[in-house]
Amino acid sequence: MPQEFKRQYKEILKQYTERQTEHNLYEGQNFSRQLIQKNISPEEVISIHKASLEELMPDLPNDVSHSFDLLIEVMIRYGLALKEHQTLIKKQENFKMEMELASNVQQTLLKTKVPEMNDLDIGMISVPAKEMNGDYTHFLNDDTTVGIAVADVIGKGIPAALCMSMIKYGMDSLNGAKTEPVVVLDVINRIVEKSVSDSMFISMFYGTYDTSQSVFTYASAGHEPPLFYCAKSNSFTELQAKGLLLGVISNVKYEQHTITLEKDDFIVMMTDGVTECRSKDGFIDQNTVMDIIESVRDQSAQDMVEYVFHKLEELQEFEQRDDFTLVIFKKK
Amino acid sequence: MNISVELQKVDELHIKGLIGGEIDAFTAPMLREKLAELNLQKDLHVELNLTDVSYMDSTGLGVFVGFYKTVNAANGHMELTGLSSRLKRLFDITGLVEIMDIQATDKEVKIDETV
Repeated sequence: MPQEFKRQYKEILKQYTERQTEHNLYEGQNFSRQLIQKNISPEEVISIHKASLEELMPDLPNDVSHSFDLLIEVMIRYGLALKEHQTLIKKQENFKMEMELASNVQQTLLKTKVPEMNDLDIGMISVPAKEMNGDYTHFLNDDTTVGIAVADVIGKGIPAALCMSMIKYGMDSLNGAKTEPVVVLDVINRIVEKSVSDSMFISMFYGTYDTSQSVFTYASAGHEPPLFYCAKSNSFTELQAKGLLLGVISNVKYEQHTITLEKDDFIVMMTDGVTECRSKDGFIDQNTVMDIIESVRDQSAQDMVEYVFHKLEELQEFEQRDDFTLVIFKKK
Repeated sequence: MNISVELQKVDELHIKGLIGGEIDAFTAPMLREKLAELNLQKDLHVELNLTDVSYMDSTGLGVFVGFYKTVNAANGHMELTGLSSRLKRLFDITGLVEIMDIQATDKEVKIDETV
């Protein structure tokens, strides 16, 4: 192969030394693309140049010819740097593949099934901004009660994903869907506080809906407050509940509240990927989000969450900066 | 997406910081590094002015919580000042306002005049 390159290079060099045109220079540029593709190192290129020049100009002064040997020596480091660069690119490709694999494992591991309930229509959407999702949703249910956790791990990527496995572990150790929200948060806070690094934290909302009473009981650990839509008054209110983020200190008092749902009332739970949406004109405010939700209030909960996601995606010009999770509980 | 962090030693036990720009996943590591360079000691008062912060996401919040924990562990004190209503809301929702020393914009003006 180098022989073939040498022949081509010699031809280009000959043309250029005879006529210094743009076209002949351009030939040289094209040629360098081929050299890079074939992994020809810079010092090899100079060797080719030296040999071609000596053949084209038999009278080439000796000192000019020698000067190329020095140049070859000088270029050797560049050749090594190039090789290193190529190895890194390869490694990066491998990392990317491993990330994809990890992301698949995460999805399988943390999979949660949206339960089917008699009295309640549930819709859920969770879309990560990068490969790994820092938002976590988990359902617990029995015949009459459904528990829902919506969490956002602060900190992104792999550490965040590992953190989520901890939440899942905490939830699995509970006594089923009827566990009180404040107890759930307290248990998980203790786990997270012990085992997570200083700058990783979780915000989490936990609620249980009792279908026999149509009562929703909830508590929050520093999480974005859900919205409650009252069909009768056609208005939204925030479901406020005081409580500190999980993992900051070990003893936290969480507030617990209840609300009763009437037919067609619904609760919208979300992560800050929903409230912190930005369009080119600035933040998309909460009223806009409410208007979007309200405009599809007659649809099924699943259609609603999907519509809101697509609408906000559109407003953000399809540039999703943060993980996005939206869950709707709607009383049938 | 830019951030500016200026830390200034007022005296042995008092550090004032001026933070401006956007604190998100891209810029948070720089802020974290700058804060980590501080020599923490007992009774050190670190005041961070966030008046010029135009945007902060949960990653930024993580930096302040992390720093708050380190300062507290060293028996120091961290104060955040000049928070816009949007930033204040973040600290309200997360419950951090209950444990941290946080001052919204109005007090800020007075502090600036004394500098």
